[in-house]
Amino acid sequence: MTVNPSGWRPSTPLSAESGGATVTGNRALMLEEPLLFEAGNSERTGVDFECAPAEAGAQSGSLPSQGHRLAGLARTGPIGLAGLSEPETVRHYTRLSRQNYAIDLGLFPLGSCTMKHNPRLNEKIARLPGFADIHPLQPVDTVQGALELIWVLGEWLKTLTGMPAVAMSPKAGAHGELCGLLCIRAALEARGDAREVVLVPESAHGTNPATAAFAGYRVENIPATKAGRVDLDALKARLGPDVAAVMITNPNTCGLFEPQMIEISRAVHEAGALVYCDGANFNAIVGKVRPGDLGIDAMHINLHKTFSTPHGGGGPGSGPVVLSEALAPFAPLPFVEKRGGEFVLIEEENSDEHHPGSFGRMVAFHGQMGMFTRALAYMMSHGADGLRQVAEDAVLNANYVLRELDGVLDAPFASTGPCMHEAIFSDRGFAEGLSTIDLAKALIDEGFHPMTMYFPLVVHGAMLIEPTETESKAALDQFIAAMRAIAERAKTGDESLKSAPVYAPRRRLDETLAARKPVLVYRPAQAAE
Amino acid sequence: MRYLPLSDSDRSEMLAAIGAKSIDDLFVDVPEAARMNGLIEGLPLHASELSVERQLGAMARKNLVAGEVPFFLGCGAYRHHVPATVDHIIQRGEFLTSYTPYQPEIAQGTLQMMFEFQTQVARLFGCDIANASMYDGSTACWEAILVASRITRREKAILSSGLHPHYVSVCNTMAQFSDDALATTPPELSAEPDTERLIGKIDDETSAVVVQYPDILGRIFDLQPIADAAHANGALLIAVVTEPVALGLIKSPGEMGADIVVGEGQSLGVGLQFGGPYVGLFACKEKFVRQMPGRLAGETVDAEGKRGFVLTLSTREQHIRREKATSNICTSSVLCALAFSVHLSLLGEKGLRQLAALNHSRAATVADRLSRIPGVQLVNDSFFNEFTIKLPVEARPAVRTLAERGVLAGVSLGRLYPDAPQLENGLVVAVTETVTDEDMDALEAGLKELCA
Repeated sequence: MTVNPSGWRPSTPLSAESGGATVTGNRALMLEEPLLFEAGNSERTGVDFECAPAEAGAQSGSLPSQGHRLAGLARTGPIGLAGLSEPETVRHYTRLSRQNYAIDLGLFPLGSCTMKHNPRLNEKIARLPGFADIHPLQPVDTVQGALELIWVLGEWLKTLTGMPAVAMSPKAGAHGELCGLLCIRAALEARGDAREVVLVPESAHGTNPATAAFAGYRVENIPATKAGRVDLDALKARLGPDVAAVMITNPNTCGLFEPQMIEISRAVHEAGALVYCDGANFNAIVGKVRPGDLGIDAMHINLHKTFSTPHGGGGPGSGPVVLSEALAPFAPLPFVEKRGGEFVLIEEENSDEHHPGSFGRMVAFHGQMGMFTRALAYMMSHGADGLRQVAEDAVLNANYVLRELDGVLDAPFASTGPCMHEAIFSDRGFAEGLSTIDLAKALIDEGFHPMTMYFPLVVHGAMLIEPTETESKAALDQFIAAMRAIAERAKTGDESLKSAPVYAPRRRLDETLAARKPVLVYRPAQAAE
Repeated sequence: MRYLPLSDSDRSEMLAAIGAKSIDDLFVDVPEAARMNGLIEGLPLHASELSVERQLGAMARKNLVAGEVPFFLGCGAYRHHVPATVDHIIQRGEFLTSYTPYQPEIAQGTLQMMFEFQTQVARLFGCDIANASMYDGSTACWEAILVASRITRREKAILSSGLHPHYVSVCNTMAQFSDDALATTPPELSAEPDTERLIGKIDDETSAVVVQYPDILGRIFDLQPIADAAHANGALLIAVVTEPVALGLIKSPGEMGADIVVGEGQSLGVGLQFGGPYVGLFACKEKFVRQMPGRLAGETVDAEGKRGFVLTLSTREQHIRREKATSNICTSSVLCALAFSVHLSLLGEKGLRQLAALNHSRAATVADRLSRIPGVQLVNDSFFNEFTIKLPVEARPAVRTLAERGVLAGVSLGRLYPDAPQLENGLVVAVTETVTDEDMDALEAGLKELCA
């Protein structure tokens, strides 16, 4: 290997000669990658198989000698799959990975999404063969440790929320919402009081109304006050014998605690309805407030938010639901009970005896075991003291961002007091023609993931910033400095914001084209056009 | 606490900047009655990595690990060898710790992977298009029934008796809360699937016929006659695939006329994991695209004309359409979809065909050996890597007895259908490439002894 001791550099910059283009399209560490179906082919493979003499026929891919057992359905034509050798596979996906932003790379201030550090201990625990390599239908005597883990995690969740029961099987937050609403529906039907309407605040996550509709309810909105809270008077006025449930997010999507939550619950219960709480924002209050003390009947907990299981680019998540005494008898199957020193799986066959009210089964097996192991590892690492500190630091970080940016950006609720785990701003004061998205895309060039934008709908051009507790003060200060600079540009009408990002792997993408003429799978003919 | 970067002096400085005297000032909105002033009771204090590993390691060791014993369980979850590359890729932080790719400029890695995954699933299932994943096979199955109801504007679906009973259970649960009516019965221990019964039940009110292929007993059969009968009555055929490796050897449901093909992708890349997280697969004809649930990655160009990918057709989805969305699904199973996609890229066409042939060949060997045991009957002679045998004794206690001896012999039909005594001697045996000759010997010897 030689070094270049003279420090010589080409006198002509690349860009002057070639307009910035390289022959390969690559730019040093930023490497372009073709599609799998362009790079691979039907003959290449990255897997070798052991070759037993009796199965030599199978090795060549030809029909094995037992072909008569295929009912005449042996595949005749090609599947159309592309294969790569192992080194090509590693390179393909490694190159793709480098086009992604991630919490491992930097601050990810997505409000309501709680993008916190994902500890690697969680990954190690989830991969222990005793958890990762067991089958969901093994005899229960052979999986007592797995059932124990599910049970122990459930106990943690019940203790942290102050609720008497938990349903562990829902696969993600929205699935947990569905679980909660189906419990509510089953409870109401059991008392012969079928109701038709679910009330949802206009600031709610989109999953809330979608879930209510999925569960067969009609959805009506309840308005917010000027202070960004549920309008209790409007809610009370609407409550009546047709209302089955109210879905409340607390802390809400403006990052504010609902100070009248206990009154809200009381009013809902007096009207014969039940309270569903969207627990997406539990991170702000874990260890500080128990939702059970606020009068709620059901709340899902996103293990992939509060309890640090990785988002993985859009799942898998996990959405256990804690339940009140009123709803516990209707919880879905299967679930785990502890009897003496033994862990029992309650399924269809033994539910009649012990759990006759269950509304049924939501998933094929027992829920997201791989997320349970990760979440429990996280909870045990923090303990009661660490989890309380999580909430306090998350709220502290958000308020620090709120106060440091208040005045530079319009903070519609800052005058009413502190926020919880996320700070919200509007696009008020931006120059004509510039909007929230322009600020957000400029943030990409500064090396940050954008905040949640245009949500909740109750704030114009909303920017919802949730730093989480795993950001250092130095990281927050750098983010705040970038935000201040970009906000100034937005207010003075710097048109160059509209072309941001400039330094990302791609410039702004044409979403209209994608939707107008959807291309959802690779087709060589289209590629040739 | 090792995950929290703020120091006490940071905290004081930040509180001062905010103008708060103490952290409690930031929680003023919480009603006094609900505020906890001390630590929550009943939980331990924080623990070191070493301590957490010890405690959870002890729990893990209480389980009988599939890879350490002769193992023959299937019925919706299959144990295949997963190449080391798969886990390496899904542990890259840029995939593991990224978010749903709403910001496409800095999420092309996930978006391109989704697009490739959609293409792989569509081709494997013989369909035009596929989405970027659902929670698992069972929820994908129910969502497919809903799609069929919306397309046909009918609400009666007929479920095959060969559909996984847990999938049936999920669909029955959900149907209580929708307007859909479902018809189903438990399977019979026979070589023939219930094609005739299904065809006989289709009428002009049928929205869809739902069949599993290979079915819960491992049977494989031509779907075309069912597709033809469904189409003649304006209904759709939904096929459910719980073992996608099979499609390396046998025809895809799409080739045989299925309109929607859903499935469980766990057997490629994901592993057993005691039932989750898994990855639901959802593919269909292109004309149904606007009725599809879940995320879709689509091709487009950026401002400089470079090819790129975005999440598209999101007007179907809850974050835009709210109560009018096609589904309430938000987070799906993208990291498991990545594992599936990496495994399938490594295999390629050639590797998948080899893997499938190897599975079938080994399963046939085991079927031959077990059916020679006196009193044991092979129920279905046509299968991929899973078949059902009828024992001369009740299968469920037999499975438990063998488990005590360190052999995981299969899934008893008594476990799956506790209310169907006519099935209680049935045992479903799955044989993948991970089964060794010694494993076969152990299973054969164990069953011989129990059946003697």
